Amino acid sequence: MTTASTAQFVNIGERTNVTGSAAFKKLIMGGDYAKAVEVARQQVENGAQIVDVNMDEGLLDAELAMTTFLKLIAAEPDIARVPVMIDSSKWSVIEAGLKCVSGKPIVNSISMKEGEEAFLAQARKCRAYGAAVVVMAFDEVGQADTRQRKVEICERAYKLLVGDGFPPEDIIFDPNIFAVATGIDEHRRYAIDFIEATAEIKKRCPHCHISGGVSNLSFSFRGNEPVRRAMHSVFLYHAIQAGMDMGIVNAGQLDVYDAIDPVLREACEDVIWDRRDDATERLIELAESYKGKDAAAEKAAEEWRGWDVAKRLEHALVKGIDAHVVDDTEEARQHFARPIEVIEGPLMDGMNVVGDLFGSGKMFLPQVVKSARVMKKAVAYLLPFIEAEKVQGERSKGRIVMATVKGDVHDIGKNIVGVVLQCNGYEVIDLGVMVPWTDILKAANENDADIIGLSGLITPSLDEMVTVATEMDRAKMALPLMIGGATTSKVHTALRIAPAYAGPVIHVLDASRAVGVASTLLSDTQRDDFVAKTAADYEAVRKAREGKGQNELATIEEARANAFVADFALKPDAPKQPGTHVFTDWPLEDLREIIDWTPFFRAWELAGNYPAILDDAVVGESARSLFADAQKMLDQIVAEKWLTAKGVAALWPARAEGDDVIVRADGGEVRLSFLRQQIRKREGRANMCLADFVAPADDWLGGFAVGIHGIEPHIARFKADHDDYRDILLKALADRLAEAFAERLHLHVRTTLWGYAEGEQLTNEALIKEQYRGIRPAPGYPACPDHSQKPILFDLLKAGDATGITLTESFAMLPTAAVSGFYFGHPEASYFGVARIGRDQLEDYAARRAIDLATAERWLRPNLD
Amino acid sequence: MTLRRSEAAAIFRDQAKQRILLTDGAFGTMIQSYRLEEADYRGSYDLSCDQKGNNDLLALTRPDVIDAITRQYLDAGSDIVSTNTFNANIISQEDYDAVRLVREINLAAARIARKAADDYAAKDGRPRFVAGAIGPTNKTLSLSPDVNDPGYRAVDFDTMRDVYQDQTAALLDGGCDFILIETIFDTLNAKAAIMAVLDEQAKRGVEVPMMISMTITDMSGRNLSGHSVEAFWHAVRHAHPLTIGLNCAFGADLLRPHVQVLSGLADALVMIYPNAGLPNDLGQYDEQPATTGGFIRDWAEQGLVNVVGGCCGSTPAHIAAMADAVAGKPARELHAHDHRTRLAGLDPMTMAA
Repeated sequence: MTTASTAQFVNIGERTNVTGSAAFKKLIMGGDYAKAVEVARQQVENGAQIVDVNMDEGLLDAELAMTTFLKLIAAEPDIARVPVMIDSSKWSVIEAGLKCVSGKPIVNSISMKEGEEAFLAQARKCRAYGAAVVVMAFDEVGQADTRQRKVEICERAYKLLVGDGFPPEDIIFDPNIFAVATGIDEHRRYAIDFIEATAEIKKRCPHCHISGGVSNLSFSFRGNEPVRRAMHSVFLYHAIQAGMDMGIVNAGQLDVYDAIDPVLREACEDVIWDRRDDATERLIELAESYKGKDAAAEKAAEEWRGWDVAKRLEHALVKGIDAHVVDDTEEARQHFARPIEVIEGPLMDGMNVVGDLFGSGKMFLPQVVKSARVMKKAVAYLLPFIEAEKVQGERSKGRIVMATVKGDVHDIGKNIVGVVLQCNGYEVIDLGVMVPWTDILKAANENDADIIGLSGLITPSLDEMVTVATEMDRAKMALPLMIGGATTSKVHTALRIAPAYAGPVIHVLDASRAVGVASTLLSDTQRDDFVAKTAADYEAVRKAREGKGQNELATIEEARANAFVADFALKPDAPKQPGTHVFTDWPLEDLREIIDWTPFFRAWELAGNYPAILDDAVVGESARSLFADAQKMLDQIVAEKWLTAKGVAALWPARAEGDDVIVRADGGEVRLSFLRQQIRKREGRANMCLADFVAPADDWLGGFAVGIHGIEPHIARFKADHDDYRDILLKALADRLAEAFAERLHLHVRTTLWGYAEGEQLTNEALIKEQYRGIRPAPGYPACPDHSQKPILFDLLKAGDATGITLTESFAMLPTAAVSGFYFGHPEASYFGVARIGRDQLEDYAARRAIDLATAERWLRPNLD
Repeated sequence: MTLRRSEAAAIFRDQAKQRILLTDGAFGTMIQSYRLEEADYRGSYDLSCDQKGNNDLLALTRPDVIDAITRQYLDAGSDIVSTNTFNANIISQEDYDAVRLVREINLAAARIARKAADDYAAKDGRPRFVAGAIGPTNKTLSLSPDVNDPGYRAVDFDTMRDVYQDQTAALLDGGCDFILIETIFDTLNAKAAIMAVLDEQAKRGVEVPMMISMTITDMSGRNLSGHSVEAFWHAVRHAHPLTIGLNCAFGADLLRPHVQVLSGLADALVMIYPNAGLPNDLGQYDEQPATTGGFIRDWAEQGLVNVVGGCCGSTPAHIAAMADAVAGKPARELHAHDHRTRLAGLDPMTMAA
């Protein structure tokens, strides 16, 4: 997979380092470069995003070893695809390395150890070779140990570098991680100093990054891996929150914070935060009990455990129990001549039962996803045996390449479809999110795919799907293209995607239909009929559209003449607390209370409103089980603080000027341009525009952005565990928490910050039904459909700094569980959809936004014909 | 150390704001049409090898031919003319036993282009620019020529940088405005060339603007050393090039998706000069000027490019068709610089801001 990675925390592989890995050192000293290259390959396969190479060993010609190794890995595309970190304390080794690396590497490290002149000379060289640099917190006096020294040295280095023209984004500071719990009093604050310095350096040195070698921290517990892992995890948990964004870490040897034994975790917390005088003694004492301890606990025997193995596997699959699946799979493997027969036999039999139950509506998606988790684990176990056998020629029911398109990061829906297809015997090659068309086509060709499936949630993804279709056509491909995702529709597929591609294009409404569509498309007997029927269907859609002539649109002048006339005598008073309000950590338990559960069930394709759905005759049981799992995970999320809710709200003086609202902030004025409905209205109905809700003078407008941070380590853990169920569950819950946060913050704005509805008392149900005064439309949604307004809103809010939310090229928000929008306080303000607009408004809008027509057209395409 | 800024670059940027600029087309195909003999190439030089096909040498032996071709491109509408020096480096000239003439060739080629450009600028008052062309050489820093020894390299970085620096110095001495590092199939070669230009720039105390142009070698959009267009941009962005772009490879139609990627990405002017289609069975390029012009019109309308021109197979007629296609079309707007950390292996890696 070759997607551009935009990662929050960057994992640097540490195994190709002679000072850190005895095994690697042995290979290099012995001249066994072929095996050494394999170490690099494993690291990248295991998820290292950058490979650190270090050859600093007294008995080695480090320059020769460095250049030899770098040249060798350059010849391996699956290693060379990631950037290299050239790691040495000797400049000559670094420069020799720089001459062998063709991409843009990182140099690790340079420092002011030998004074400013030498430091700047080396930095200039790095720049001329096209490299980013790690700068160690080291000066003429020595290595920085206290918080103050770390900050001082880094800031001084930063000013020197930036003053010399070095790009600030190419500076990565390593403020030195030292060992704690050594028994020496001076070392007790080392972790705190690092974490606090990290936050401060990030603040003082814009655009820089913070890295560090994490394993130093636990040096005094060498030989006791469980304790070291726990210490690293606890430390990283806090350091990442403080702003550490890359690290030399053995990703495979990290525990997830919430999965650490609470007693051990507390002891680590005590040491890292220096919370008690006897913290070190207590951890040492506790550490004894972890030495060589086997984590697996004894499991109580249950009745079904006594059944024969095929029956046990079926039971585990249907019930979604993964506790014994590896053992049972191994047992089954012993019964068969070839490992593949375990998959084709008992496992597929079990999945067929699941498929039948699902197909007949007796089992629902959440359970199916749990079943898939069991299946995945079994297959993962068998894979090495199958590979070892190297038998060619087996073919699944079909091979489907799936991807969330470039610019979009949403993958809940795509993952669900992937799981459902896998459950039904299809091989799914999931390219992940933000996948450019080149990679999609390449993967389809290389894997000889039978179908390509595209997914996307935000409206700009619709355009990207057209691009993919166009390029498939250009490449003269013929395989079917399946389109799915929340903003996709049969109409859009028929009007825009299908005409771009000569092969079959099918819109798939939801996951439950994916299997039917896929099997029909791959059936020799049904395919042609189905494709022809769909094509005719889409042609009919296009015809119907053509018929719906242009004349139903009013001109923009006419629409403006029919604007909504608000009664500005009713406009809310000036806010009680104008300006910007940042909330760095809104209590999750507070948000949990007001979650709107109905969309949560919809995400799992369970139809019905909460709470009635729990007692539904058909899906009730499934919904209750899912709800219980969600509650359990929420308990953990809250108790163990998996997630952090960060938000910002601001209220600015504003005035309407035509269809624009002019906002005054930071001493300047910012123009927000809105769109007006142009569909001809019945008598007495206005052509609405959001600007209609703001008075021409002396009014106010608000904005907000909220995001739920921190799912990544948990998702990584679930993924590593082949646990799609919890993966999707957590993502869906994070989405719900973000929506709840938006709801909660809006309430806070109405009652306190703006304060126009001080006495408001609404039930949760009334909130969900939006029975309050004022609205909070979001850019990219029907009332203001232009996603490209988000950067303007984000700049006004300084949302990046305040909330850590970033925008992709298509203006999707990261983290994905995020909501942003505007606050309109007027009592007559209401939600509406802009719907279709005319060329005249498009041109007018482009002029108002001062963007070119093509750009405006691109962002507003869903609202054009 | 402060550098004196390049005035030519400032004028160029100003012109590029107002319209889509044109560079020139191929020399090779044009030279073929003169049906020159070995004696034309050799002139009076005493050289051991057969010189037929050593096009760069013509700057010394048949300057009239090079001058005439250059002027045909200026007539067709080129704002930039490039020197006919694609192989005028020590490594490539070794094959012709003409290493000792490398500096002379570059000086002469630069002077021919300079004179022609100045004549045309004086005639109509429109600025013309001279780009000193540096080819990739026939050696590669990233790849081993020996399949059994993947760690072997036929040349090293410092040697390559010296080769490029010699050529750069001669081109600048001959009066070039910019250095055009073109047809880059190996990204590390380009990085050595950038280093050479930076070193030469420091030596002179005057900014030497770079034009950098990658060549894609397969349909997936990578060059020979395996870099995607985006990874390539990350790897050379430190040069702050005047233009970044693509040349050679395929014709304009197949190049389009890659142009689109680069155009959406780069905070520099984008210069694209494709081949005149793909070669036919006889190795000849037969895409008609009107066809090429149609593709280029399409790019211009989509706001993808700042500078266009032609590579293999293109002629003054192609350039004239392009000039016609872009006339009156607005130039691509430059992206604002952002502070995202951009690294690269063969694939790009962009860190969260």
